[in-house]
Amino acid sequence: MTAKELKNRSVNYRKKILQYIVGANAGHTGGSLSCIDILNVLYNHVLNVSPANFSSPDRDRYIQSKGHTVEALYVVLSDKGFFPEQDLETLCRYQSNYIGHPTKKVNGVEQNTGALGHGLPMAVGNALAAKMDDRDFRVFTLLGDGELPEGSNWEAFLTGSHYKLDNLCAILDYNKLQISGTTAEVCNTEPIDAKLESFGWSVKHVDGHDIEALISTFDALPFEAGKPSFIIAHTVKGKGVSYMEHHVKWHHGVPNEQQYQQALEELDSVTI
Amino acid sequence: MEAVAENKTISGKANLEVFSSTLQELAAVDRNIVVVTSDSRGSGKLVPFGQRFPKQLVEIGIAEQNLVGVAAGLASAGKKAFAVSPACFLTARALEQIKNDVAYSDNPVKLIGISAGVSYGALGSTHHSLHDFAVLRAINNITIVAPADNYETAAAIKLAAAAGKPVYLRFGKKQMPDLPQESDQSFRFGKGRIIRDGDDVAFIATGETVYPALQAARKLEAENNIHAAVISMHTIKPLDYDLLALAAKKCRTIITVEEHSVYGGLGEACASFLLQNGIMKPFKITGIPDEYTVTGSQNEIFHHYGISEKGLADTALELMRKITGEL
Ligand SMILES: [Mg+2]
Repeated sequence: MTAKELKNRSVNYRKKILQYIVGANAGHTGGSLSCIDILNVLYNHVLNVSPANFSSPDRDRYIQSKGHTVEALYVVLSDKGFFPEQDLETLCRYQSNYIGHPTKKVNGVEQNTGALGHGLPMAVGNALAAKMDDRDFRVFTLLGDGELPEGSNWEAFLTGSHYKLDNLCAILDYNKLQISGTTAEVCNTEPIDAKLESFGWSVKHVDGHDIEALISTFDALPFEAGKPSFIIAHTVKGKGVSYMEHHVKWHHGVPNEQQYQQALEELDSVTI
Repeated sequence: MEAVAENKTISGKANLEVFSSTLQELAAVDRNIVVVTSDSRGSGKLVPFGQRFPKQLVEIGIAEQNLVGVAAGLASAGKKAFAVSPACFLTARALEQIKNDVAYSDNPVKLIGISAGVSYGALGSTHHSLHDFAVLRAINNITIVAPADNYETAAAIKLAAAAGKPVYLRFGKKQMPDLPQESDQSFRFGKGRIIRDGDDVAFIATGETVYPALQAARKLEAENNIHAAVISMHTIKPLDYDLLALAAKKCRTIITVEEHSVYGGLGEACASFLLQNGIMKPFKITGIPDEYTVTGSQNEIFHHYGISEKGLADTALELMRKITGEL
């Protein structure tokens, strides 16, 4: 898929994220909009995973540690053909499988996440299994910046480098906001790159909304042989909708009808 | 204070050692058997395993949350992952990983809680696991097993290895004799074993408390002409309701025995079933009471709380008196 096609998809994905969040009157809007370009490039350019090979032991694995931005994942998975898009009309409804965090009841989802700090250790386990079995699949996990203080992440950072898991890539959706404010105010994790490097990971920064930059960054994996890779993707919470960008109140804010229409107009006017 | 002599008649191995040798047997023919440890190779008797199968052992270091999360990832990628750590840490420090990464995500990890209960008696409450049945019982999709003897341990490890579902096994480091059994009963999760038949008292015991229950039953027979049944209720969940109902209907009194808090474990699981099914008999839960646990060896702690030949026989006599009105 060309970069232009991917950019068109990103616009479309943003509109669908808003459509289903508005339909459900629930969802993690800001974070879904901040991570969607990453998911777009992962699923349409990087990952060897599709409905056809999802039960193959050789498929690539993607575990979404920041489970709450599940709307972004659902929209991409439905676009990839894992389930009919109309299923998303049941989002968060009684007895729907499409709940507010990923579960394996939804085709294409690898692990049930939602509690924070859980994706990376499971990704480490997947990557270790690949090494043990001499399989070539790669493992990706997406972390939120708000979940970085979870101790289990730092335990897993140690294990990832100890076992030289260069088939493992963790991506940080670094929108610098979490529910109570900025990450710098809540729990300053900087300098993230120096910390990760000292933990034995190979680190790159990227603009998490620049499709070409994301492509070239993922194409460079592994950044160093014998080391797991860490991508600090600088993003904007609420990206693509002017009144949401950089505003923490859109962490799980749902737009009203007028706001929704304005968002669609803004997204429709994007020139690619 | 009265000194408590270790029982000299025990002639088995520690269940922990049986765990290690059984796992080696399995690993020799199945390279998907993987042990994941948190610097617990020594205490888990897994040093020989690591020497024989270095590529099938993943050392995590002392990081139990990560231990369980990594084991879940290994299991989801096809490994038969045995996550081994002292029960006290495994089921408290890593509880959220057990709940989400193993049980909720349905990754068939075999969680092995070693040195369980008060096995680390004198090390104090940090090292005791008297909560594990209670917390795990409230989590959906996990089988909870406390093997009593070497036979049950070996069988449980083999079943756990083959299980496509999450399992928690816990055992101690005390030498255990192989228990007799009433008839040829194959070991299955969720099916208790009848160790001894009787119709006056039903001792429903689990793990390393089954043996003192058997000793008490023999004493009651010899000294009081009281016929006590002993059941090894190795599986705490799913509980063998059929056997429990059978024993409760047949016997005049019921005593549960566990190396666990009297809250939330085997005893309350039995009480809940019996009450809801209208089976009312004199009933006593024996275990560790809700207090700062007394210090001492496992054996001394057992004696202190009446989990012993004499203590359990006395409890039985007390319950029988309620029925007969005799002294
Ligand atoms: Mg954030």
